[in-house]
Amino acid sequence: MATFTLLVLVCVAYVVLLFGVAFAADRAARRGRGAWLRSPLVYTLSLSIYCTAWTFYGAVGFAARSGLEYVTIYLGPTLVMIGWWWTLRKMVRVGRSQRITSVADMISSRYGKSNTLAVCVTILAVIGATPYIALQLQSVTLSFAAFTPAGPSLQARSEQSIAIYVALGLTLFTILFGTRNLDANERHHGVVIAIALEAVVKLFALLAVGVFVVWGLEGGIAQTLARIDASPIAEFTVTPSRWTALTLLSATAFLCLPRMFQVMVVENEDESHLRTAAWAFPLYLMLISLFVVPIAAVGLDLMPAGTNPDLFVLKLPLLAGQDGLAILSFLGGFSSATSMVIVAAIALSTMVSNHIVMPIWLRATGGAAMMSGDVRHVALLARRLSIGAVVFLGYLYFRMSGGGTALAAIGLIAFAGVAQFLPALMGGLVWRGATRLGALAGLSVGFAFWLYCLLLPSFGAGVILPVRVMEAGLFGQSWLRPYAMFWTGGMDPLVHAVMWSMLLNCAAFCAVSLFTFPRPVERLQGAQFVNVFDHSQRPGSWTGGLGQSEDLLIMSQRILGAAEAQELFARAARRQGLSGYLPEPSPEFLEFLERRLSGSVGAATAHAMVSQIVGRATVSVEDLLAVADETAQIMEYSNRLEAKSTEQARTARQLRVVNEKLTQLSVQKDGFLSQVSHELRTPMTSIRAFSEILLGGDLTPEQLQKYASIIHAESLRLTRLLDDLLDLSVLESGQVVLNVQSGTLAQVLDRAISGAVGGAAGSLNIRRDAASEAVLLQTDIDRLAQVFINLIANARKYCDAAHPVLDIRAERDSTTLTVDFVDNGTGIPIEDEALIFEKFSRLGETRAPGAGLGLAICREIMHRLGGSVAYLPGQGGAAFRVTLPLAPLEPGGGNDLVTKGGLRSVR
Amino acid sequence: MGSQVLLIEDEPNIIEAITFILSRDGWQVRSHSGGHDAMEVVRARRPDLIILDVMLPGRSGFDLLADIRGDADLAQTPVLMLTARGQRKDREMAERSGASMFMTKPFSNAEMLEAVRSLAARK
Amino acid sequence: MSEDAPGRRAEFVARGTYRRRRLIDAAGLLPILGALLFLVPLLWVGAQEGAAPRTSHVLLYLFAVWALLVVLSALVSRGLGASGDVAAREDAGPDDMDTASPDTGDDAPPARRG
Repeated sequence: MATFTLLVLVCVAYVVLLFGVAFAADRAARRGRGAWLRSPLVYTLSLSIYCTAWTFYGAVGFAARSGLEYVTIYLGPTLVMIGWWWTLRKMVRVGRSQRITSVADMISSRYGKSNTLAVCVTILAVIGATPYIALQLQSVTLSFAAFTPAGPSLQARSEQSIAIYVALGLTLFTILFGTRNLDANERHHGVVIAIALEAVVKLFALLAVGVFVVWGLEGGIAQTLARIDASPIAEFTVTPSRWTALTLLSATAFLCLPRMFQVMVVENEDESHLRTAAWAFPLYLMLISLFVVPIAAVGLDLMPAGTNPDLFVLKLPLLAGQDGLAILSFLGGFSSATSMVIVAAIALSTMVSNHIVMPIWLRATGGAAMMSGDVRHVALLARRLSIGAVVFLGYLYFRMSGGGTALAAIGLIAFAGVAQFLPALMGGLVWRGATRLGALAGLSVGFAFWLYCLLLPSFGAGVILPVRVMEAGLFGQSWLRPYAMFWTGGMDPLVHAVMWSMLLNCAAFCAVSLFTFPRPVERLQGAQFVNVFDHSQRPGSWTGGLGQSEDLLIMSQRILGAAEAQELFARAARRQGLSGYLPEPSPEFLEFLERRLSGSVGAATAHAMVSQIVGRATVSVEDLLAVADETAQIMEYSNRLEAKSTEQARTARQLRVVNEKLTQLSVQKDGFLSQVSHELRTPMTSIRAFSEILLGGDLTPEQLQKYASIIHAESLRLTRLLDDLLDLSVLESGQVVLNVQSGTLAQVLDRAISGAVGGAAGSLNIRRDAASEAVLLQTDIDRLAQVFINLIANARKYCDAAHPVLDIRAERDSTTLTVDFVDNGTGIPIEDEALIFEKFSRLGETRAPGAGLGLAICREIMHRLGGSVAYLPGQGGAAFRVTLPLAPLEPGGGNDLVTKGGLRSVR
Repeated sequence: MGSQVLLIEDEPNIIEAITFILSRDGWQVRSHSGGHDAMEVVRARRPDLIILDVMLPGRSGFDLLADIRGDADLAQTPVLMLTARGQRKDREMAERSGASMFMTKPFSNAEMLEAVRSLAARK
Repeated sequence: MSEDAPGRRAEFVARGTYRRRRLIDAAGLLPILGALLFLVPLLWVGAQEGAAPRTSHVLLYLFAVWALLVVLSALVSRGLGASGDVAAREDAGPDDMDTASPDTGDDAPPARRG
């Protein structure tokens, strides 16, 4: 009893030490000290949670029962570790770049952030881990019991209370140090350092017991080997199938166990730590397995028959009276058990809260809580409750199973269960074609077979599976016997179950993947995972702009805490060149935020939360393009190149257009100048020629009279031309000042006709309709008259009918007045219609006086008056339509460079 | 002398002026004012000298000149080109097209008379 | 067996790069070698008439192989670390995501290919 009391004291002291170390480490890490916390050695030691109490006690028991076979459990992980470059490196890289929080999150992330998959994996993991946790509790109680020689009643009672205390203590520790931060990606320094310490303790303890056994009890290596040769396990009698299957199974479990994933990927500080772990962890495994067979052989020899070989590690020192060593050994076993439970509880609680509790809670609150409630608080609470639940479940299992020997076999059964994750996990890392449905199918099939062929029968025939089913198969089908599926009888049950479950798991995974089509997010994530070393590791799926930064900030504050979220947003804003706390919801920022949140609540939940705010739950066409095929990057790059060259082409085209315009303008200018020159020189030629003739004298009075009048007419023509040019230039530059007056259309027409034909109407017969002309106009009457004069003069000049007639018809609707000038001549050929309003476009062979600027001026004037003048085809002769708005004209041209009428044609 | 000059020009006053100047010097001046049918007139009249305006209604004087130079019978006929545009481009164009002489409006009567005389002498 | 992307692989590379590639090959071969060596004892079962192999012998063999693998793995990993320091640093990136930015974080894209 003295030993027992001492044991309890030591145990409490050890626990206090663990708490202290964890606390110190956490504090050091938070103060930025303690770089040693992040050393590769600590990482390697934390991996040792692979070696649980099942290793510490169970390996010796295993060896005592089946010889060297136990070693396969450590050979598998050794092979995985030395092959780190090909598997672990990728897993760690993906895990870090995607801020993966658990193995469930990894699988869910890979297959399009599917929460269904995450839930499946979580449930499987909990089912697989519960017996395992029970096993740890059992080992602790058994090891306590080993020190108590008391009666069975006392033993049973204390066992129960010990299990309760241990479970409570572990829950407390895990909650204290495992849920300090919400972000699972923030390393649990306290936990990790405590685990590392426990790793040292358990290795040291086992080595100490081994050294004591070999050199203390046996007297040396040679004697120990001789002892082994003399023991019941002297012969190496493993079956090749079991040897191979167990090696593969342990390798698989090493990769898939949630707690291994936790320390290996989630708690990984630096990818380069793998380089050290690559040799240091196999060394650790080798050392911890080194003395297992000697201890087993010696134990079998020395211990009384019927002693539980699982406790040889403890009982041999006790038997030899080495209480100190026994206590050390006890601490080793205690360490193994507790570290496993702690990490498993953290890993499982993360999965449970992220993939089951939080989604349910979010859905139940309709997403509103994410804005108003304290998500951070809820998530932490969910994780703490989950830890309690996971440990309690283990305790419950321990109590219900009665702590029997059935638990001993549970280690391998649990391994086989989590091994079902392998196809989805590894397949997803190397095969782009793996789909969500494939993963679901593989997992379900594998799990079903594991359940039916291994877990349920393990409780014994008649416990869960009826004896009838065990012997005759389900529904009496002999090919459905749990230990002989498809008539493959005679195999070791474990090998049988592992073979079928893994085989069919892989088959279903591959087949369904081949026949289903992944959703866009899946394809995107697939590319991200498989090509993690080539690609930018962005899960990329946001095209922002819709998201409201403020909502995002509010939500992030709930999850990350106010200060941290604000700091994060402010930093992102600064990076975008903005001040304040709200960055643009750019795709980069949304991606970053989602990943940051996924560290706290898991990828699927984070994605759902951000999509809810940003209003987008699916990926965009651009994303699809980015995934399109072989390498998203190459495509993106070539797209960018293409865009660049498109832009260059566009610029070149614009330049060409501008250049053409300039050339055209230059040609027009040349043409205009040459026209002006022509129009000026022509009258001047006549003037000069006749002036010289007049100067030469010797003319008849008739000639004198005639030539003088020619000179006069030509100089008038010159003046008109200059007037028109100035008028046009003023009109075109928009610097004209309009003189708005009121008057009736009839008055304007009267003025125009008298101006155009002078006193003598000549041969032109002008017909008007007085009734229609009684329209009051509010416009620049002078300018309008100028237009009419031009049109009437045109008719007078160009109408080639024998009896020229000009019809002037006015018509009005509610808003506009139209005045048509239609003569009975031959009109203007269609091909010339477009030209007549151009400057200097005189038509016809008969030259009437006029520079050809008249219609161009008319067009400009009407434009200024808010109306238009157009050629009206199909009227029998030449017809022009003047359109004028009836609304009073606003006095135009704010700028008085040209005073009204000052430069106006007097025509 | 009685040499026949064909004046192809569309401005009536300029026709009148040139006709007066050359007639007084003894030239027999015929005029034509259209572009389209000018070639027929040239062929029919077979003038000793042609005075050709560049800007004719219907047809450019340069085109007409090219036709004249292309006609074997008319190829040697001196042509005096008149233009009111007065650009160097027109002068070069006239020289290339085979004009015998090029004058810019307005011209002095003496210049005109001198040009016609020298061209007729060249023939 | 090289991590280089196809099409980017030069036929002749600098000595250091060549060494690194062979080390990567070795890293890939090591687990295969280990697996084969660990399976060897199975060949002894039933090899000798009537007598199963001795546990002690197999024990010595297994731990010898184990130690050998640890040494080889240490050599290869150290080699990869030493010759690939630049790559390893670039691979690893900073630890703290908080200091990472959306565009220049530890997940900053490696040099784009194309």
